[in-house]
Amino acid sequence: MLDPQQSSFVMYDEEFKRINVVIEKLLRESNSKVIFLVDKNGQLIAGCGETEHLDTTSLASLTAGNIAATGGLAKLIGEKEFSILFHEGEKDNIHISIVAQRVILVVIFDQRSSLGLVRLRVKKAGDELAVIFEDLAKKTAEAEKSGNSDSPFAEITDDDIDNLFS
Amino acid sequence: MSFINYASREINCKIVYYGPGLCGKTTNLQFVYQKTAPDAKGKMISLATETERTLFFDFLPLALGEIRGFKTRFHLYTVPGQVFYDASRKLILKGVDGVVFVADSQEERFDANIESLENLKVNLEEQGYELENLPFVIQYNKRDLPNCTSVEELRELLNPEGVPEYEACAQTGEGVFETLKAVAKLILLELKKGGAGA
Repeated sequence: MLDPQQSSFVMYDEEFKRINVVIEKLLRESNSKVIFLVDKNGQLIAGCGETEHLDTTSLASLTAGNIAATGGLAKLIGEKEFSILFHEGEKDNIHISIVAQRVILVVIFDQRSSLGLVRLRVKKAGDELAVIFEDLAKKTAEAEKSGNSDSPFAEITDDDIDNLFS
Repeated sequence: MSFINYASREINCKIVYYGPGLCGKTTNLQFVYQKTAPDAKGKMISLATETERTLFFDFLPLALGEIRGFKTRFHLYTVPGQVFYDASRKLILKGVDGVVFVADSQEERFDANIESLENLKVNLEEQGYELENLPFVIQYNKRDLPNCTSVEELRELLNPEGVPEYEACAQTGEGVFETLKAVAKLILLELKKGGAGA
């Protein structure tokens, strides 16, 4: 996922389910409201909790922008990255952390939880997520190497593309 | 880098609008936003100054429809055009799948176009990309203004490779969707070429 030469980041059913198990557990154990995972380019990977009133697409894009800007700041002062960001609001707070240097884990919580609890649980969940993303990277690399063309786009025609704009 | 999600059967791609300050990148996005059906678009986000100059980026998510059972989504971003926002521009290019270069056709912005295109190449290279290998289209914007450089002249300097190019007036929307369609098409063709890994 970090390699710009690699053209896609692929998510499979199996890993998607494993990820959801981890973030749902984190949601319960940290007493938080919403959790979502975003890749560093701003694409929403998964989410759980009270997401129905949230514009998760915008949140994902702004989170990635935030991480990118903070990463830029880090480099300017000679740090590799700032792996944790925390925004405190009147009611809700956002805890943002980087998992395995690849994905961004966002936890939104209110007074029912605390920063200490969230930090503690995020650390554990982060380790578990790192393993899953490692597996995913291996799987993608293997699929690429074997040239196993199960891409839904291998067979598309010009007509398919034109139909999108009709 | 596109994101293919087999679990939710979605594909997400990132398009970046690049170009010199005040060339009409944000106006392009605003027109697309206005003319797209509500169910096909998300909120448009503009991180801009009080004078409506883009500070960090504009963002517009678009859902185009399905290809082979996969929902196709494009995330449109603009960069801040002003020269001194270079650090921000670099960040926005991360993970880009396709680039639209919006050129300002006015004579007095001729040099600014060249400078911005050079800057695009440098910033892409820093991230490990090469413009020649990316889906890339050029839009000659503001064709309605009286002090325009001729398309031939613009082409000679900005488009020696002959990538798809469109004349536009983003204010009225002329050429806006043609440009977007062209870059989206190139991105999908790139995905097709990529096979399993793409």
